[in-house]
Parts: sequence; C-alpha cells; structure tokens
Amino acid sequence: MNSSMSQSNKSNWMKTAAGYAAGLLFGIGLAVSGMTDPARVVGFLDVAGAWDPTLMFVLGGAVITTFVGYRLVFKRTAPLLGGVFQLPTKRELDAKLLGGAALFGIGWGLSGYCPGPAIASIGGLSLPLLAMLVTMVLGWFVAKRLA
Amino acid sequence: MDWTASLQGLVGGVLIGLSATWLMATLGRIAGISGIVGNLITQRPKGDSAWRVAFLLGLISGPLLLMALGGGLGNVAEIPGEVIGAPVGDVGLMLVAGLLVGVGTGLGSGCTSGHGVCGLARLAPRSMAATGMFLLTALVTVYISRHLLGLGGVQ
Repeated sequence: MNSSMSQSNKSNWMKTAAGYAAGLLFGIGLAVSGMTDPARVVGFLDVAGAWDPTLMFVLGGAVITTFVGYRLVFKRTAPLLGGVFQLPTKRELDAKLLGGAALFGIGWGLSGYCPGPAIASIGGLSLPLLAMLVTMVLGWFVAKRLA
Repeated sequence: MDWTASLQGLVGGVLIGLSATWLMATLGRIAGISGIVGNLITQRPKGDSAWRVAFLLGLISGPLLLMALGGGLGNVAEIPGEVIGAPVGDVGLMLVAGLLVGVGTGLGSGCTSGHGVCGLARLAPRSMAATGMFLLTALVTVYISRHLLGLGGVQ
C-alpha cells in the first residue's frame, strides 16, 4: 500500500516535471526565434510592407522537427510516463473551426500576439499586454459558453 | 535579408518542435498553448491540472532564463539580442485583439501551436484548414489596418 502510494506520487512528480520542461523549452524557443516580439510577427504578416520572413523559418523548423519527432514517438504504443496518446479525433471542417480560426486571425493580425508568445512575454509585462491577456482569458470563457 | 534573424528563427523553431515532441513522448499531449492553458483556466480538470500549471510556468520562465543568462540571445526586430519586444498596439486595440484571440482559439480548438505546429506535423485536415484560415484573416487584417487605415505607424 505504502510503496504503491509513493510510486504514484513519484509518477505524478515526474509528469509535472516533464510538463515544466516542455513549457521551458517552448518558451526558450519562442524567445530565441523572436516570436516574443509582436513587431516580427506583424512584419511577417505585412506582405505589402517591409516583409520579415522570420516567422516562416520558425514555423518551418517547428513543423519539420515535430513531424519527424512524432514519427519516432508513435513507434511506441503509449507515452513514456503512462496513459495514452491523446489525439484529436474530430474530422469535420465545421463552422466553429473555421469561424473560430478566422476570428483568431483577426486578433493575431491586430496585436501580433498568438496565445503562446502573449503568455511567454509576461516577464516583460506592459499595460497593453496585460489588457490583452485579460480579454483573452475572458474570450476562452465566452467560447466555452458558446461551444 | 537579415540572415541572423532567420537563423535564430530556425533554431527557435526546432526548439519548439523538440518541446512538442517531448510533450507527446512523455505525457501523450499535443503542445497547443490555447488548449493547455485555456482548459486549465476554464475547466480546472481534476487530476489533469498539475502538468498544465507546470507547462505554463515553464513557458513564462523560458524567456526570463534567456534574459538572466544575458548575451543577447533574443531576436527582437529593432533591438538586436533583446528577448521581449514591446506591444504594437495601445490598450484599446489590445483589449479587442485579446477577446478575438480568446474566443477564436476557444471555438476553433487551437492556435498557432496546436493547429499550426502540432496539427500540420500530424497532417491533420482540420488543422490545415484552420491554419490556412487564420493566416488568411491575419494577412488581410494587417493589410487593412496598416495600408488602408494607416494604423500601426511603421509604414
């Protein structure tokens, strides 16, 4: 009983540590790539202005690495720390998906922040960023109501 | 073209990909920020929150670690080496943008990381459609705001 208890505590601790490591690596990646600078993001989206290709390299590097990484990971039947691979099963391209993505793109274009960089930039906190984080969280609650 | 900035973008992108791979390998989860953090805040899922909180803290501490290390490892456009750039809009604009990002990623089940990185890497049709859509509306939004309305200054 005691030993299984400590076993499960150890496993929970490892899951939490793995989550922290993933977040840390993600945050470092966003910062090294310059995605914590909304001017770079808007510069990429501004194809009619002084175009900044940086985001293309970020997305390209991330997608290719993840593509290869997932192939290796899915050779296993389950995650290293237990449980199952939790992958989305929905297939249909419905109005919620496309409408939501359309709204998100407008907000992304206006601010240069998607959720990751907005949260990762908390350390350089400014009033406009704080304002955005507050309404972003509010928006998540609104979406949950609408869903 | 600024090759240093592009190279840093590539290196940072690979790190993001390694993070996504690691999260799937260890916990079996998609590294989608709006899903991880949004579900944590709106649902507080029992027994499924600790790793989300840890991920969130890691995400915030990554840039702080780079700043603490010094050495100009960031990639801010106008200030070489700087880690965190300044917002491009005022409070009013950001309030609107935040609401659109929150509602949009909530309804659309994902953002740039969940659909754009992990979804494209899985060749998932829903993520390809979502990524195409948010890229399109973002491009149109920047064109209208910068070139037709003259917002955002720089041009």
